Amino acid sequence: MNRTISISPVLKDIDVNAPPARAFEVFAGFRWWPKSHSILESKSPQVAVTIEPKVGGRWFERGEDGSECDWGKVLTWEPPKRMVLTWMLDSTFQINPNVVTEIEVTFTAIGANRTHVSLEHRLFDRYGEEGEKIRAAVDSPDGWPGLLKSFAEAAAA
Amino acid sequence: MAYEGALVALADPTRRRVFEQLRTGPKSVGGIARDMPVSRPAVSQHLRVLKEAGLVRDEQDGARRVYSIDPRGLGPLRRWLDQFWDQALDAFKAEVERPTPLPSPRRRRRS
Repeated sequence: MNRTISISPVLKDIDVNAPPARAFEVFAGFRWWPKSHSILESKSPQVAVTIEPKVGGRWFERGEDGSECDWGKVLTWEPPKRMVLTWMLDSTFQINPNVVTEIEVTFTAIGANRTHVSLEHRLFDRYGEEGEKIRAAVDSPDGWPGLLKSFAEAAAA
Repeated sequence: MAYEGALVALADPTRRRVFEQLRTGPKSVGGIARDMPVSRPAVSQHLRVLKEAGLVRDEQDGARRVYSIDPRGLGPLRRWLDQFWDQALDAFKAEVERPTPLPSPRRRRRS
């Protein structure tokens, strides 16, 4: 029996009625992020998900009480076409700085006012070299605590 | 749960390479070690961790034991992410397509 097995990435596509620049901007604004998907240790309601628009920039959320939690980093920042982010996530839905998955989002114009958005969430397969570099560089401050718990809850719901 | 720790197990780069060696088909410890700068005992140790994490399984093939990827290993995580992104991207689309707010009413000039 011979076959090739891969951990295939999660692939998603969606067409939106907006030009790429707007689609990119709205995506990067993360106001659309499901508010229930917060992993703040303080359980403070999520007020913002922020991405610093540059390579190496932070991707993090902030709670009403001002507390912050890092989710990942920017690997590639090419508005309005493409962004690649790392997402530190493990299978118990805890933040784990040793476990970095990679998300690539591309925005392609398919009409005057229409954009094809394609998202690839790579787990380990086809893992970019950049990811390896960042993974090595990512700080692991103590106490990235019991995060992403609500992800698990959402998953179980 | 069977998949708990699957990604943690794969976070180790050497272990991930061991795992990736199995992508083209079942292999023995010796077969894996031959293609890597790692000793057989080290490969065995990595395989044990991978097996505990539900990512590989082993079976006896004549005189040797061969290891192969257990495709069920990352299934639950992938399924969850699959659902998550469906939901998230729907929310994204809704926001992109929301009509832009009307410009704020012009300040009335005092006469």
